[in-house]
Amino acid sequence: MSATIGVVVFPGTNCEHDAVTAVDALGGEGRLLFHADTSLGDLDGLILPGGFAHGDYLRPGAIARFSPIMEAVRAFAEAGGPVVGICNGFQVLCEAHLLPGALQKNRGLTFLCQPSQLEVASTASVLTAGATVGERLAVPINHFSGSYTCDIDTLRQLQEQDRIVLRYVDNPNGSIDAIAGISNEAGNVVGLMPHPERAVSPLLGSEDGAVLLRSFLDAAASTSVG
Amino acid sequence: MRFLAHVDVRLRHGIADPEGATILRALPALGFDSVASVESGRSFRVELDAADLEGARSMAASLADRLLANPVIEESVIEVEPLG
Repeated sequence: MSATIGVVVFPGTNCEHDAVTAVDALGGEGRLLFHADTSLGDLDGLILPGGFAHGDYLRPGAIARFSPIMEAVRAFAEAGGPVVGICNGFQVLCEAHLLPGALQKNRGLTFLCQPSQLEVASTASVLTAGATVGERLAVPINHFSGSYTCDIDTLRQLQEQDRIVLRYVDNPNGSIDAIAGISNEAGNVVGLMPHPERAVSPLLGSEDGAVLLRSFLDAAASTSVG
Repeated sequence: MRFLAHVDVRLRHGIADPEGATILRALPALGFDSVASVESGRSFRVELDAADLEGARSMAASLADRLLANPVIEESVIEVEPLG
């Protein structure tokens, strides 16, 4: 069964077409949603894509959190619907408290736009269910505020509950515990800084992102939310 | 009554401050050899209407907590004064 995936467009989002193209290429059906919408329609999964929602004013994700569509996103997530936030989408999910912690400016204050090596740390999430723990994936990063941080209690909780789903091999941005992606307790909401939608074809230099997005599409196809 | 709230948002103790660290490293090049530390932050000046100073303070604290600062990594210091 093909999964219909909503891709949320905030003012300033710029990776929505990459996300839709990747979803379509992997056999799903991507559908753009506008941030001012208040309902999602009939969907199997949601992607909050990368970019600079609301200009990243104040902090990345700080204003997007109050966009009208976020109430529906929250309800979908709380009902168990698969949600993945990529890059700016991860920042939005943290600001909206759908995921714990925060993304700070990179260590060294450098905008990083480069290939990165990830290691799958947990398969207990909609994004990594089809991967193998320890598997290495080449997926690019493209961010200024991608250094994941949280308090020590939250970090312990993430570790004990197997919610760190991806780690950087060389930790280019200084994230705590080299965290590249985390999930919520149920595993249906995932945020990651790297861009799997930009690694789905040999033409893009890597197909490794497809491992992640296929897991997500499979989870969406078998969801009963929406 | 109209009030002016100064909201000073700073990083919580223990949270890495790459901006402050970079500024600190740059200062010796300008001849400032005796600077011991630099902490970066943001400041906001918010004009608001409230019945009294206490009401203005509580509104400023609430908007700082809900929007201007991210309590996960930041804290805010607020001063409120009446506007003449």
